[in-house]
Amino acid sequence: MAPWNVTDQKIPQGRLALFSYVSAALVIILLVGFWKLQVVQSEHYADLAEKNGIRPIAIIAPRGAMLDRYGRVLVDSYPSFSILLMRDNPKLLEKSLPQIEDGLGIAPEDLHQQLEAAKFEPKFLPLVVKPAATEADIEFVESHRADLPILELEMVQRRRYPLGEMLANTIGYVGEVSPQDLEKNPEKYKPGDIVGKAGLEKEYNDQIVGTDGMKRVVVNSVGRVIRTLDNIDAIPGKPIQLTIDEDLQRIAETDFANKQGALVAMDARTGEVLAMVSRPTFEPNDFAVRIPQQEWASLNRDPNTPLLNRAIQAQLAPGSVFKVVMATAMLESKALPPTYTVYCPGSAVFYGRVFHCDHAHGEVNLHKGIVASCDVFFYNVGKQLGIDRISYYAKGLGLGRRTGVDLPGEETGLVPSEEWVERVYHHKWYPGSTISVSIGQGAVMATPIQLARMIAAVADGGTLIPPHLLKDATNPNFEHFPLSDDTVEQVTDGMWGVVNEPDGTTSGLVKLQNVDFSGKTGTAQTESFDLQHKLGQHLKENGWFVGYAPRRSPEIVVAALVQSGGWGSTSAAPIVRDVVKAYYDKKGGHLQPPSTAQNIPPASAPPQIISTGDESQ
Amino acid sequence: MKDRPQVQDFDWPLLAIVGVICLIGVLEIYSSTHASAMVGMQWKQLMWIGIGILGMFLISRIDYHTLLDHAPVLYLVGIVGLLGVLVIGYSRLGAKRWISVGGQTLQVSELMKLIIIIVLARYFTEVRTDRLTLRDLAKVAALTLVPVALILKQPDLGTAMVLVPVVLVGAFFAGIEWKHAAVGLLLIALLVPLAWNMRHHLKPYQQQRIETFLHPEQDQRGAGYQILQSEIAVGSGGFWGKGFGKGSQNQLGFVPVRYSDFILAALAEEQGFIGVCVVLLLYLGLILRLVDNAQKAKDRAGMYVVMGVTAILGFHVLVNASMVIGYMPVTGIPLPLMSYGGSATAFVFLALGLVMNVRMRRFVN
Repeated sequence: MAPWNVTDQKIPQGRLALFSYVSAALVIILLVGFWKLQVVQSEHYADLAEKNGIRPIAIIAPRGAMLDRYGRVLVDSYPSFSILLMRDNPKLLEKSLPQIEDGLGIAPEDLHQQLEAAKFEPKFLPLVVKPAATEADIEFVESHRADLPILELEMVQRRRYPLGEMLANTIGYVGEVSPQDLEKNPEKYKPGDIVGKAGLEKEYNDQIVGTDGMKRVVVNSVGRVIRTLDNIDAIPGKPIQLTIDEDLQRIAETDFANKQGALVAMDARTGEVLAMVSRPTFEPNDFAVRIPQQEWASLNRDPNTPLLNRAIQAQLAPGSVFKVVMATAMLESKALPPTYTVYCPGSAVFYGRVFHCDHAHGEVNLHKGIVASCDVFFYNVGKQLGIDRISYYAKGLGLGRRTGVDLPGEETGLVPSEEWVERVYHHKWYPGSTISVSIGQGAVMATPIQLARMIAAVADGGTLIPPHLLKDATNPNFEHFPLSDDTVEQVTDGMWGVVNEPDGTTSGLVKLQNVDFSGKTGTAQTESFDLQHKLGQHLKENGWFVGYAPRRSPEIVVAALVQSGGWGSTSAAPIVRDVVKAYYDKKGGHLQPPSTAQNIPPASAPPQIISTGDESQ
Repeated sequence: MKDRPQVQDFDWPLLAIVGVICLIGVLEIYSSTHASAMVGMQWKQLMWIGIGILGMFLISRIDYHTLLDHAPVLYLVGIVGLLGVLVIGYSRLGAKRWISVGGQTLQVSELMKLIIIIVLARYFTEVRTDRLTLRDLAKVAALTLVPVALILKQPDLGTAMVLVPVVLVGAFFAGIEWKHAAVGLLLIALLVPLAWNMRHHLKPYQQQRIETFLHPEQDQRGAGYQILQSEIAVGSGGFWGKGFGKGSQNQLGFVPVRYSDFILAALAEEQGFIGVCVVLLLYLGLILRLVDNAQKAKDRAGMYVVMGVTAILGFHVLVNASMVIGYMPVTGIPLPLMSYGGSATAFVFLALGLVMNVRMRRFVN
């Protein structure tokens, strides 16, 4: 027995028993802790566990294509890759930046700026460093999976506009869904969705948008994909066929090179829009990837408003084109006899003010008034009719209200009336104002598409066609504003004269062989006479021409506006003639109608789909 | 009365409990690692259990009185070993805890646990009183603080902490006066806020562990992530568990070191609250059985040895289980007999060897 060990001390049984009780109590406390997690909050944690390992990855559905009336591709979609930079490992990120900049050809300043901008965003949100990866970029990411795990590829669908700037304002563009739309339609959209922002892309968004698919993958604790659980394929958006004729569009676009203005060509029987031009315009392919902030700002600030679709949004004085409304009003209202004549000495005084005319036309009747576009004749007609009668016929023929074309943002134009001036300006209508309105100046404003529809209606006895761009328009709404045959005969006779008679305003310059081409010119001041006087300079007028063929019951109607183009007869009329001529050349077989085969060369070949990392480790 | 201690006198019911715990541990290690790069870990664990059992038999052969006779020498060997770790040991994960002995890495601090049990048993037996004086308490504190300080220096907060309950439990049975105990507890209560203010002197990883323990949700990818993932594993297991090998948190590696320190989280996910109940009640059974051995010990020396072992094992279970459910910070204290780990498993069997040692000799003169 060791000397330090004396066995005279008893074992402290009481304290040992107490130790046992305390141990049992502690185990019970622990079990209560586990009970809380595993039974009380079990569902909460089960939910967290579910979200932990399973990650949904959206499979973006491509938007439907847009085809022209013969099935040629105007817009389509192609798969592409974005390169994402993960930001949740700052150390590795810092270390890898030079290699990434080098490998992907990104300017260091740009990348730093992007990182700086995203500094306060949650770290798990990756940064899109290359929205449109080239094949070399993809290869770089794939071959550096091991040492640059912070780079990821994401498949996206992009819009492709093979026509480039052609038809751009009509087709519109796409972009990320706005926070406002997200808030309004939380079921329909999710953040980052690409939606139509303007034009047909916006109008028919719901029809061409596909249904995104979903892939659910299992990831491990470092986010690497271990396996795919299930895969719901994306349903691509359906294509839509437009009424546009790419051939006519090309001809019109070519004629508008370096010009400002707009053109609308329609089938005058159905309202199908065959061509629609607006200049200046923009490059929609820039919007398909990511439009640089600077470019977007300059597009919006540009005083020439390239984002505006002038064919439906430019509200301008129609000038002498409005005389067609005046002539119709004069004959239909019977306020003046059809034989009404006026002597034109080159100007006239009304209410103490001198109103000018281009020439001294001498004795002028309705026919000559239209053919030679005599202002003095129509000043007198206007004075006799009064503003409300003019307003009635202008509105009846579709001015001052939307045509209902299937595009967002159409403007109404303006047809003044006594009621309107009292409502808006709180004073009585000055009779002198009627004189200006009589020749399409003053308060009256119209859009190109309204004028095309108006002329077609007059030439067809008052049938207002419903302009539309979708080939299978569901509900074409023809309006009727019946005109007597005599009226139609006399007014169309005048418009035929404009093109074909020697003293017509077009001086026979735009005559077409074998085609009953008719129309009306307009040359509209862009500001008041007073303002011109004050500025001491003469700004060039807007040139208008609305042409159609044949003379009665027309097949095609084309309205053209050339801003600051000067005389409508020399600026706008030749363009309209070209389009009408092309239409008849095609019809007569002179211009080969295209086969339905797609003749669009594939734009930069879409990169091959690469494994998204389904294999583990 | 028998003349010689017999292996038949081993505490076989206690060893049965130990066997069941080990079996559950090995199965859970298998479940946690079979589908990963660490496949086959359960065999290594079984090997360590085998080595541990062998060690248990060996240590039971040497009369614990003889061991206690040599307590001062053992104490010195332990201190030198710990110094050796600091000088020639090598680092893993920023901590110097291992020295190489014959090609095998050895965690000297595990050995120190055994030594401190023996040293304190000797000390409290030698004091031979039912009323510890302050002087006695100061001596025992000094005796413990040296290895604690050396282990903290490695740094290994977890193992350093484990030595403390041996002192507390020993003092409790040696007859600490209630007023001293009260003052001691008060001191600890005061020291915690002081230590909190001194936290800037801690290693960054320790600071982070404390920070994370207090605010686990703030740093979801860092250390708080571990606690959160562990809680998710435990909570999502529910009452019945997801089934063997079917815990997503476990199988997908969301649970940190799921085969070792967090093995209870892995088990809780796959076997549910029921599984946790079984395991914790087995541990309670083990502890009660150990206390029973202490009660039946021949002398106070034997009781101190058994209760030293009980204190360490109980503390391990308490701290590990609390950590898994987020009641305590992550300290790196494994669950005895279940967590994968060579030194830790071997230690437990050696400690149990001491218990068998005491039991075998209760009737021997």
